[in-house]
Amino acid sequence: MARKRLSKDDAELTVMAVPTLIWFALFCFLPMLGVLIAFKDFRISGGGFVDSFLKSPWVGFENFRFLFSTGEALAITRNTILYNLVILVLDVAVPVSFALMLHELRNQKAAKVYQTILFLPYFLSWVVVSSFLYAFLSPDKGIVNHLLADAGKPTVSWYTETKPWPFLLVFIRVWKEMGYGTVIYLASLTGIDTTYYEAAILDGANKRQQILHITLPLLKPIVVVMMIMAMGKIFNASFGLFYQIPRDSGALYSVTNVIDTYVYRAMTGMGEIGMSAAAALFQSVMGMLMLLGSNWIVSRIDNENALF
Amino acid sequence: MKQGEFNKIKKGTDCVFHILFILVAVLCLTPLVFVFIISFSEEHSVMVNGYSFHPEAWSTDAYQFVFQSGGQVMNALRVSVTVTVLGVMVGMCLTCSYAYVLSRRRFRYRNLFTKILVVTMFFNGGLVATYLVVANFLHLKNNILALILPIAVTPFNIMVMRTFYTVSVPEALVESARIDGATQFQAFTRIVLPISKPGLATIALFLTLEYWNDWKNALLYIDTKDLYPLQYLLMKIERNIEFIAQSGGRGNMGLDSALSRLPSETAKMAVVVIAIIPIACAYPFFQRFFVAGLTIGSVKE
Repeated sequence: MARKRLSKDDAELTVMAVPTLIWFALFCFLPMLGVLIAFKDFRISGGGFVDSFLKSPWVGFENFRFLFSTGEALAITRNTILYNLVILVLDVAVPVSFALMLHELRNQKAAKVYQTILFLPYFLSWVVVSSFLYAFLSPDKGIVNHLLADAGKPTVSWYTETKPWPFLLVFIRVWKEMGYGTVIYLASLTGIDTTYYEAAILDGANKRQQILHITLPLLKPIVVVMMIMAMGKIFNASFGLFYQIPRDSGALYSVTNVIDTYVYRAMTGMGEIGMSAAAALFQSVMGMLMLLGSNWIVSRIDNENALF
Repeated sequence: MKQGEFNKIKKGTDCVFHILFILVAVLCLTPLVFVFIISFSEEHSVMVNGYSFHPEAWSTDAYQFVFQSGGQVMNALRVSVTVTVLGVMVGMCLTCSYAYVLSRRRFRYRNLFTKILVVTMFFNGGLVATYLVVANFLHLKNNILALILPIAVTPFNIMVMRTFYTVSVPEALVESARIDGATQFQAFTRIVLPISKPGLATIALFLTLEYWNDWKNALLYIDTKDLYPLQYLLMKIERNIEFIAQSGGRGNMGLDSALSRLPSETAKMAVVVIAIIPIACAYPFFQRFFVAGLTIGSVKE
């Protein structure tokens, strides 16, 4: 049925969507246009954002050249990608194993309790988690150093010693968010049609065979979707994790600085608005390419599982 | 299916799994218990022995200090509660109305509006552009709205709510209301919303957590101490305990003497506990809704 004029329904529904559309315009689409700042020598003038934008001169790729000439760009990109790759693997491995195990427990009431406790850290803010860690690692009052001292071992200045941080950051990230993945995978396990298993049992399949040939293949689609999404975010590091957990300690920057923290520090500390916008745009474009690329690869191998 | 004994895992394996999960559970709960204990420790024993699971002496000094002379903490608590309440209200309105519009199958712009949503899911302007829009275009610096508006809408929440309407609100119900002469808005507020309470509860929870735990917006947009939310205050006092005292110590004693008797170490942890308590107490009740929302939201469509 072709409608030329807007029906009463359409008009009313459009009006209902207007407030949210305005929000999208202000907080999503306007900033998207704002990435053009990356190509400008942005100076804040007295006349507000639009005025500053118009008055700032275009400089082409100057900001990008400056960003990559410092050598820091390479370090922060490497940090971001390496951390995210490790996290990407663990984000599948840990929650899927936990979900499989919880699903098989004989006592499902206990499984519920475990799931509840596992999920708790997800609800705490990074600031709170940072305080938790400090209670353990504070150089003078932390319990770890006190235990080390009691055992006659040398204490560690945790917030200036770079070596343990790659491990610590990954560990804390997994600790905080493993419950989230576990809940999602557990839900899809519960959703699997039990007749598959009944048929398998009739054919004499044991538990391991059932998991290998029924459960895991059926989990594959959701795992693939989660992986593609994670690939799209591989240039985006969690700001909370990398800014709060090391307590912004300068001595640790070589192992804790990622694109997100770099952009923040460049913008607020150095006032390098153009350059931090360039870094942010680099991050978005690379993320987009990764998302499209990994989706393309998945669609080549197995079209069923691609995201779009 | 009722699984017989033959399709269960072996008793030994079951036991190993239990031990593993008990260890993981301990790992998850220990830090919470630890800060709780520290916050009730006596300051002197913390100074001498460091943070400990069994302090030499217990004390409620930290809490007395925080609540009596720590005007800053009470103020931050007020800001956090205000921001959370207002934020949840604004966020609910924006999320539920847009999701309803997307759930109407015969709506002319349904596809267009869905595309707008999907674009915002995958693209964003990044920190710098967003900062400049909020601070220099909307002029929201040091305004409580800067803590509320930027995170009011999450595409994920809209998807969850849209799926909820599509699954649990029968099309015929809205149609019959329309035939009786109700406008779309009336049908939405009088018929759809009242039967969507579980969905609304889920979204309200997502939003509550987001607002309560937010510190990033304060880090970017708030300089005046009066507008610090609790999480941001916590971040500040982690670096400098004097923050609590500045507005509280102005009683009859000088600032110096107030600072010298600050239970600083334990007070920090007391603020951590205050920031966690609302979540930890409500957690067992809301977890069910949360899991339901996540499950709806992760359905691929």
